[in-house]
Amino acid sequence: MKVKVLYFAGLREQLGTASEDLDVSPTTVAGLRAQLMSRGGTWQSALAQGKALRVAVNQEMAQPTTQVKPGDEIAFFPPVTGG
Amino acid sequence: MTVRIQTADFDAGAEIAALRRNNPKIGAVASFIGVCRDVNDGGAVTKMTLEHYPGMTEKALEKIVAEAQRRWKVMDVLVVHRVGEFKPTDQIVLVVVAGSHRGEAFAACEFIMDYLKTRAPFWKKEETPQGARWVEARTSDDEAAQRWEPPKSSAA
Repeated sequence: MKVKVLYFAGLREQLGTASEDLDVSPTTVAGLRAQLMSRGGTWQSALAQGKALRVAVNQEMAQPTTQVKPGDEIAFFPPVTGG
Repeated sequence: MTVRIQTADFDAGAEIAALRRNNPKIGAVASFIGVCRDVNDGGAVTKMTLEHYPGMTEKALEKIVAEAQRRWKVMDVLVVHRVGEFKPTDQIVLVVVAGSHRGEAFAACEFIMDYLKTRAPFWKKEETPQGARWVEARTSDDEAAQRWEPPKSSAA
């Protein structure tokens, strides 16, 4: 299934990517994160467990167990610092 | 309710006047302006860049304002948050809350800022004499937001 993945702020800079279209098998947020980490290198270290990262699915905050569905927009980003 | 994300500066006086115009039921207006400082975490800041997640940011802010309007019977709320490049003394964010009485206006204004700081997808990057750095989230901001959470039930 096709999904869109976005990266913001320091994570975007580390990965050198702001967005990508992916074709993945049905999974959860945690599963998608693991798939991205399996690319190795910076992907593995920047997305490692223990890194303070937030994930949104379709622009709503999500949990590791949140299901990812076809056409979803999944965003990975550091804790927010606006205001 | 009005939520705006913009690069342009804002005029708080004009925004407040527009919000109050023709509404004789308003008895209190509370406002907050967040400003770019020249120092953070003990280091000098010469410039700052604010990034956001277009689409989600507006939705998150609208949700926060709706929650404030549910908790306090305020009449109208305006949130203007700027993105882009800032230098010290530049205005970053404006929150205006209009209600019948000051108590609810103050409380709703503070609630909106506390939730904005922890739930709206914005990120700050500071330029310092030592180089650029992404601002890290503060636990004090989490604690400020947690004050507004309903007490957790002791039942498991």
